[in-house]
Amino acid sequence: MTETGKILLDPTAERTAATRERTSRPASLDGKTVGLLDISKARGDVFLDRVQEHLEQRGVKVERFKKPTFTKVAPIDLRHEISQKCDVVIEALAD
Amino acid sequence: MTRAVELTLPDGLVAVVKRDCPTCQLVVPVLEELARSEALTVYTQDDPAFPEGLDPVDDTSLATSFALDLDTVPTVLRVEKGKEVGRIVGWSREEWQEFTGRAGLGAGLPPHRPGCGSKTQDPDLVAARTAAEGAARLRSRRVELGTHEDEVEAMFERGWSDGLPLVPPTPERVAHMLTGTTREPDEIVAVVPPDLVECNVEKVAINAVMAGCRPEYLPVVLAAVKAACTDEFNIHGVLATTMPVGPVVIVNGPITRAIGMNSGGNALGQGNRANATIGRALQLVIRNVGGGRPGEVDRAAHGNPGKYTFCFSEDEQGSPWEPLHVSRGFAPEQSTVTVFAGEGPRVVVDQLSREADSLARTYAACLRTVAHPKTVIAIDAALVIGPEHSRVFREAGWTKARLHEELGALLQIPGSDLVRGAGGITEGMPEGFADSVLPKFRDGGLLIVHAGGGAGLFSEIIGGWAAGELGSEPVTREVRT
Repeated sequence: MTETGKILLDPTAERTAATRERTSRPASLDGKTVGLLDISKARGDVFLDRVQEHLEQRGVKVERFKKPTFTKVAPIDLRHEISQKCDVVIEALAD
Repeated sequence: MTRAVELTLPDGLVAVVKRDCPTCQLVVPVLEELARSEALTVYTQDDPAFPEGLDPVDDTSLATSFALDLDTVPTVLRVEKGKEVGRIVGWSREEWQEFTGRAGLGAGLPPHRPGCGSKTQDPDLVAARTAAEGAARLRSRRVELGTHEDEVEAMFERGWSDGLPLVPPTPERVAHMLTGTTREPDEIVAVVPPDLVECNVEKVAINAVMAGCRPEYLPVVLAAVKAACTDEFNIHGVLATTMPVGPVVIVNGPITRAIGMNSGGNALGQGNRANATIGRALQLVIRNVGGGRPGEVDRAAHGNPGKYTFCFSEDEQGSPWEPLHVSRGFAPEQSTVTVFAGEGPRVVVDQLSREADSLARTYAACLRTVAHPKTVIAIDAALVIGPEHSRVFREAGWTKARLHEELGALLQIPGSDLVRGAGGITEGMPEGFADSVLPKFRDGGLLIVHAGGGAGLFSEIIGGWAAGELGSEPVTREVRT
């Protein structure tokens, strides 16, 4: 059953999981811009419209974004634009 | 066989023998006779004690035999200054006398006896030796298991498995796998999602070993990895979706026969090694190299059993039509892999239709329900037609194009049947589509393939996923050795 010191070849990409530090949450949204990212899933817009209403009532600046399709990762230009314009992002993930 | 080591041989005569060879046993008295008058070194391939009295050199490792590139034992060499200057094989009194310059050799022996195969010709040994030589050039990280670690359990614990046991990817097995391709181990095959990792031939070979592939399947696995890791096929999306789809691998062309794939009875089921392990190897590459695992990037709500493996070949010889790869622009003599983002198959039963038109209507009625009877254009499908059904079209003289055309016409659906609320079902299209007529499938959204056993008036439907640019496009790639 056991073979002493048997050598196997690693079938993986041999990458230790890249751990990235999360950006700390802002203490408040005062003066911040919140991005709302619609991934193009059905009714995601309904949820984000309501979130936008709530944020704007509090005087928070909102920017809306939309992925071309939910089946693929966001295009790099869109990700860049969000990172330039926003301090915080809310993404509507599922139906 | 390549000569692995440069030998310096002892001067004089050198004989290589094995106990298992009657001719070698026959010539022992001759070797004894020669040893009395000149330098003779005997190498023995199987029994280190054979032949007694001649102080044989143990070559059970076959290192010397391989280096000498032997076909036959006994082989006798003449060596001068460490180099071979002549050789004879088998037993022939005349030849031995001439070679050694001694008359009257082996007086009591028959004049001639052919030798036996050198142990270096044993196919298993040749494979093992090729593997050992090849193993040395592999670059993947060596994972050394603990003395008391069970290798199969160790692979489960490291997260390499799809849930079933794996074949341990030892360097020797991986090197042997690589004999199935002419490509170098470090050649990049694809960039594998979701982690977007460059994957070389060696990594594919490791996963193919684990899946249970034979070396001759490796070119098909390589083509499948290439096809799945394209922007058009979008394996990232196929993984990440909550829908139950995975890559369905359809293989066409001469290689399917050469490696013994099943396109006949139970083609979509278990029991054929090539079908089973090629599809599994692709999934293992995505899991282990790409990092696509259930519960992580793979978000399927249900999944389907085909996500272990779903691979079959088309029954081209029994088909009334051109095969899938020819429909997709390849030559009949090319071998290809087509990947399709599909769910599990389900049967279409029609045991009464003997007219093409009637059978086409059956197909249309069943295809209508893919994903939801109200889903149009957005989801593709593959139709796998069995031989007893294809016969109906053959006899009616319908081409594949004709069947596509008829199905297209039958699957034009009035918007009033598709809108939300129609039929008392909330799911559906927005009200604005009520006055339109929409096709069930987009152009090119239905693949037709021929496979299955000779008995059974059935076909199979494999439902697809988000079609085309918005999701996944079927992709075909040529199989290259």
